[in-house]
Amino acid sequence: MKTKKKLSSIADFRAYTARLNTGRAQPVATMVIPSGTCGIASGAGELAHVARKEIAAKKLDRTVRLRVTGCHGFCQMEPSVLVEPAGTFYPRVGAHDMPRIVDAVAGGKVLQELLYRDPHTGQRIEKQNEIGFFRQQMRTILARSEKVDPTQIGDYLMDGGYEAFVKALGGSSPKQVCAEVKASGLRGRGGAGFLTGRKWEMLANQPDGRGKIIVCNADEGDPGAYMDRSVLEGNPHSIIEGMLIGAFATGANEGVMYVRTEYPLAIKHVLIALDQARAMGLLGGNIFGTGFSFDISLVKGAGAFVCGEETALIRSIQGKMGEPRQRPPFPVQKGVDNKPTAINNVETWANISLIIRKGAAEYSRIGTKNNAGTKIFSLVGKVKNTGLVEVPMGITIDAIVHGIGAGSSGKTRIKAVQTGGPSGGCIPASNFHLPIDYDSLAGAGSIMGSGGMIVMDEETCMVDVAKYFTGFLKDESCGKCFTCRKGTQRMHELLDEITDGKGSIGHLKLLEELALAVKDTTMCGLGQTASNPVLSTLRHFRSEYLAHIEQKRCPAGVCRTLVSYSIGETCTGCGACAKACPQKAVGGEPRRRYVIDKNNCIKCGMCRSVCKASAVHVQ
Amino acid sequence: MKPLREILHRNRNSRGGQIAILQEIQETYGYLPKNTLIELAKETGRSLVDIYGVATFFKAFSLKPRGRHLVSVCLGTACHVRASAQVVEEFERQLGIARGETTPDNEFTLQTVNCLGACALGPVVVADGQYFSQVTPSMVKQILTRARSGLTKDSFKDSTTSSPGASRRTDRKKSF
Repeated sequence: MKTKKKLSSIADFRAYTARLNTGRAQPVATMVIPSGTCGIASGAGELAHVARKEIAAKKLDRTVRLRVTGCHGFCQMEPSVLVEPAGTFYPRVGAHDMPRIVDAVAGGKVLQELLYRDPHTGQRIEKQNEIGFFRQQMRTILARSEKVDPTQIGDYLMDGGYEAFVKALGGSSPKQVCAEVKASGLRGRGGAGFLTGRKWEMLANQPDGRGKIIVCNADEGDPGAYMDRSVLEGNPHSIIEGMLIGAFATGANEGVMYVRTEYPLAIKHVLIALDQARAMGLLGGNIFGTGFSFDISLVKGAGAFVCGEETALIRSIQGKMGEPRQRPPFPVQKGVDNKPTAINNVETWANISLIIRKGAAEYSRIGTKNNAGTKIFSLVGKVKNTGLVEVPMGITIDAIVHGIGAGSSGKTRIKAVQTGGPSGGCIPASNFHLPIDYDSLAGAGSIMGSGGMIVMDEETCMVDVAKYFTGFLKDESCGKCFTCRKGTQRMHELLDEITDGKGSIGHLKLLEELALAVKDTTMCGLGQTASNPVLSTLRHFRSEYLAHIEQKRCPAGVCRTLVSYSIGETCTGCGACAKACPQKAVGGEPRRRYVIDKNNCIKCGMCRSVCKASAVHVQ
Repeated sequence: MKPLREILHRNRNSRGGQIAILQEIQETYGYLPKNTLIELAKETGRSLVDIYGVATFFKAFSLKPRGRHLVSVCLGTACHVRASAQVVEEFERQLGIARGETTPDNEFTLQTVNCLGACALGPVVVADGQYFSQVTPSMVKQILTRARSGLTKDSFKDSTTSSPGASRRTDRKKSF
């Protein structure tokens, strides 16, 4: 939507949104195509292109609308089409099916054969909110992404956007807003779970004079988590609105969004949204004639995991190496440019407008006593339904993994989930009855983190997972503390030897000792939590470590030195493996069972990846 | 050195400071050329050591020129548990280089990234800006062939030759 003139007062804003809403009061059949990075990767761009062509060619532009939005969460089923207002959901749509769907939408029909099929019952389900994946969620944030084209501020305004900000600006004092956020019980969604309202109060209580800064931390470095990307891509205005409210409440005059460079689409959408908000007078000096001034700039990260840590992030915003520093002084006393600074994560900011709109009392009804609201998880790995899921706090792990996720995607049982990324730990299936909140996950030896939930089945080796994370952390350690720099490296070497079949019981002892030393003697969050992946796998999956050490065997069939490839009876003799093998280590005659020459095999997995009969076994 | 002056001018008031400037230099040249960094130090009065420190601290910067095609293999946790390690190794074998290196003919640079945020589709590979999902070792050859021929469906057939226009076609495909 091209923006018109600047709005100069709250009355102006109200009149403008009222006009917008009357202009589009008639509900028109709308095809919604989720096109976040994941959607585009699956071909959503082509779907939208075909849909646009069809609508134009058939002159349907009055009866069918098209909305290209951010990700809705069910990434597994993308590219998908959601038809409004009926709520019909078409998963994994091929571009060749698009003309039929356009016709069906125009004619008010449903194409049965293209509907979602329930993995358990095999039945077709028409409506999105009746599909198990969606039905069991509470999508207060993610569902908003369905309603808006992220590049159109008008869409956001029609969805009630910026109303919470105007409500705060027009009718409350900054103190009241702070108190409301505190009363809601919202805790920081970046992982540590600090009470957001408290942080805001601390910033508000800092002396003015030098100016104050609020930061949106979108340096989502935790591998396996991508909810921040999705929210920024799909609904950037909701973050801007949250920051506006935060600025009003704390007296901040400058905002910074720190977005990682690996998210080009999020950066693009945020820049568009900032321009639109500025053009409309929502950002800048003397907003709506109230004397309140605030603007936001975007800073691109350059790829460093440690920059998720507050003090490192601040240094990085200032254009320096992202090395953490000792606290105190805390960022709220001395942050960016030595000004008082409060940093909140993307998802935290996304919750703010909901709190102000609904009121703290209503908001805190969701979730449990000390864990109010919803949390978005990225449910990925060896699970049937992968994607972003938003659930009320306090729901069990099992309800997510086996309910929403519909269980294992492979042939074997799910044995653990990993939460909290490299700072988190693995939770075994025997603990899946635990409720999801900050405290119970910490009790189980993991952390909530930003919300990555990686599902692991019996073909995932836990020693390898621990090795993976220590490898990650040794690369990402900034090097400032010796124990972190060398400790993560040594832990990685020890794990490497164990997975290589060279481990002894002494390795385990040393590993445990080292893990505890690193935990106790490093300065920042990265180092203090770096041992979690090791300690939690040692605690819950010690038998796997012992199998590697004592029997020189990898039960999951992952650790290369300890496994061998063979071809089983289901081999059809098609010869695809022999053709694919880079070593020419597979031999045999057509239509007979092929054989792998173990002396020549480099265990690259090519044969297994091409075998259609699943006849290549790893043991 | 003209482009550098322009970059400095554009970023004179920007929040990101030095990192934003280095990002733009990298966008312009595909990497951070030594001479430009020396020039940058002179222009801004910062020490070259300081600039070098930032340039080597962050993963997004490269001090070496990159090939015409950039292949990034995601090694995030979700991709890892779905065997992305085997995918990188197959790329290494096919290209005859290790991760982080560029082929001697300057055609391909192979890099690994920690997470691209498309975790539901893992293992994920991005070749010249185009995403490939649920990649297995057997798809590697095809991805390279497609990258060579500019990642358009039509040029998919005559696979092995790389026409002079290939990289230009790729650039157009790059944007979202």
